[in-house]
Amino acid sequence: MATSSETPTVSLREAADLLAGEALFLDVREQGEWDLGHVPDALHIPLGLLEDRAADKLPDRERDIVVYCAHGRRSLAALATLRALGYGRSRHLSDGFEEWEKSGFPVVVPSTLEPDQRRRYSRHLLIPELGEAGQRRLLESSVLLIGAGGLGSPASLYLAAAGVGTLGIVDDDVVDESNLQRQIAHSTQRLGDPKVESARDTLTALNPDVKVKTFNERLTSENIDRILAEGWDVIVDGADNFPTRYLVNDASVWHGIPVVHGSIYRFEGQATVFKPGEGPCYRCLFPTPPPPELAPSCAEGGVLGVLPGVIGSLQANETIKLVAGIGEPLIGRLLLFDALSATFTEVALRRDPNCPVCGEHPTVTEYIDYAEFCAA
Amino acid sequence: MSVVRIPPTLRTDTGGEREVIAEGDTVRDLLDDLTARFPTLESKLEYANVYVGGEDIRTRDGFETRVSASDTVILLPAMAGGSPAESAPHFPRS
Repeated sequence: MATSSETPTVSLREAADLLAGEALFLDVREQGEWDLGHVPDALHIPLGLLEDRAADKLPDRERDIVVYCAHGRRSLAALATLRALGYGRSRHLSDGFEEWEKSGFPVVVPSTLEPDQRRRYSRHLLIPELGEAGQRRLLESSVLLIGAGGLGSPASLYLAAAGVGTLGIVDDDVVDESNLQRQIAHSTQRLGDPKVESARDTLTALNPDVKVKTFNERLTSENIDRILAEGWDVIVDGADNFPTRYLVNDASVWHGIPVVHGSIYRFEGQATVFKPGEGPCYRCLFPTPPPPELAPSCAEGGVLGVLPGVIGSLQANETIKLVAGIGEPLIGRLLLFDALSATFTEVALRRDPNCPVCGEHPTVTEYIDYAEFCAA
Repeated sequence: MSVVRIPPTLRTDTGGEREVIAEGDTVRDLLDDLTARFPTLESKLEYANVYVGGEDIRTRDGFETRVSASDTVILLPAMAGGSPAESAPHFPRS
């Protein structure tokens, strides 16, 4: 490989060829620039430190060196330093790293994940659609769970495991023996404890990366704005009653936060995503709650324990997609699951231009605390 | 004549049937046939959405939407349950 003091520069193409060979690439930019991406296997010594560190870091003065910076100015200065120090086979990339990157030559972005995070999330990092960028988005995201019961348990466990950085949980209930057939975030030792505390301990034991904010209160028109003001990317609705469903819907429209909706009854469940501005809201489907005498009787309730596992996991799946910005969320589609026949059915949901909340002429403009009811 | 899927919350009105065959060429005819046989359904259907071929009839021809024998009709009332009622202290027991 011909090098001489007469040809101190290399073109992008020549540099790419040198990268495939034995040449050492030396990056003389600042730390912040390096962190955003650099040539693979390059050595990093900021220009200001080059004279001091060269002898240590570059023991072989006969080696081919390609020095680069952002635009080719600092690398020219570095070249003078290197040559003065006796590195006769050093040259510089006059076009600079920015042109290198723009032209599609190889670039690596150094990991911003801690080594233990790289191990914990390795199976996410291996998926091209998610990768480190997707994992970072999960770690930086905040998801609010309404309810720490049948749906909230599996949803929160999978979201915590996936590394969602902040999980909020709203629930004013305590752990009851009849919950444990399906509410897998709780355990026999926690009977009588507030569900938000039991869930927090389970989730942080699973993944200490996750910060859990607990709201040991029932969601009402009085507290919903305060809770939502803490800033959430997604709301996971696993409420067990109509008043909360409607509060969550109206608030999500007004705050512009997508809701991942799930509901279950006996052997059947359903899931969808209500994303304000992109699809329908809950009131587009059901403008008002049914009157008490027509609501399903609570005494006739009951649910197969594994059913919320299926629906809550679907909710976690949709949440992860929304946060990572991948795939096709269940916006405008309602997925129905029948555990007995093991079938999924999909129906299309459309925005209602006459919707009382998200329609063209809204009639509901403040929170409504619907009465709690249960048909006889 | 079409298959109408009865959601779990309405099965007490259909004698526990999960699917019912109903007669008629339009949604209105089908529902009339259904409510003639299961009268307690009528008031509840006002609060249910109806889907033919996976589409909300409100986006088609409403109750005049034509239904063929191969279409499955889905009734969808609002369901609240996340953790079901027996664990929800906010519901008065009845």
